[in-house]
Amino acid sequence: MTSNTIERDIEIEAAIEIVWRTITQPELIRTWFANDVDIAAEPGAVGSLTFMADSDDPIVVGITVVSAQRPYRFSYRWMYPPGQVALANNSTLVTFTLIEVGPERTRLRVVESGLDHMDMTDDDRQTFLEEHRHGWQVQGDRLRNLFTAEPLSSP
Amino acid sequence: MNPPSDDDDLWEAMTDPTRRKLLDLLVARGQATATTLTAEMPVSRQAISKHLSVLQRVGLINGHRQGREVHYEVREQRLADATGALSQVADRWDRRLQAIKQLAEHAHNTEVSTNMDIQR
Repeated sequence: MTSNTIERDIEIEAAIEIVWRTITQPELIRTWFANDVDIAAEPGAVGSLTFMADSDDPIVVGITVVSAQRPYRFSYRWMYPPGQVALANNSTLVTFTLIEVGPERTRLRVVESGLDHMDMTDDDRQTFLEEHRHGWQVQGDRLRNLFTAEPLSSP
Repeated sequence: MNPPSDDDDLWEAMTDPTRRKLLDLLVARGQATATTLTAEMPVSRQAISKHLSVLQRVGLINGHRQGREVHYEVREQRLADATGALSQVADRWDRRLQAIKQLAEHAHNTEVSTNMDIQR
């Protein structure tokens, strides 16, 4: 089963270096992801992401860079409580893959995996849910997409 | 809408791979018993029964006793609610990727026009 892995991609009309900068430079990450970003794009770098910074109860989560192969691959673990070590059971793994499909065209793919390995305390789970949901909405069509898109192992 | 603690249980029920496989099978079959599900899973009947009771407790499936066996079926509305949560994660990435695209394309166009100015 890979239903707990999310895969998305997009084609961008920009050179691969520009896309790389957009996903790795903290001042740019701030514009599309978290309100505050404290991380360097270097393997092993540890930092934090702040969400809902303007609210009374901002959410701060840890981030650890796993790999940074400029300009092709950037991956990190996040969602764990800041100050802890990022492990398979307290974080998810996000991997960006950049493919140069033309001199001014880049395919950006993101995979978030490990949602099913999360072994969370109630507080951690709360943080995770706050970040990952905006209400458990009723989306009936998605049932089919999520549950029958993958072949069953037996007929 | 369910209270948060209820959602947490639901999330936990959903994020176990074996239980998700069971839900897959139940969606595909419409109805099944612990015996028929065990035949399709590399897990003991005892484990299957345990997983089924977790799914029933959070309201993802219903069980009706018919003779000696309990027939289980998915509660579609509840499952749709739960899968909506996973879809939310995917939707967020779609929105982030769109934002990345806009930023990068804007930066690209700015660089291209700057270079043209230099060449002039």
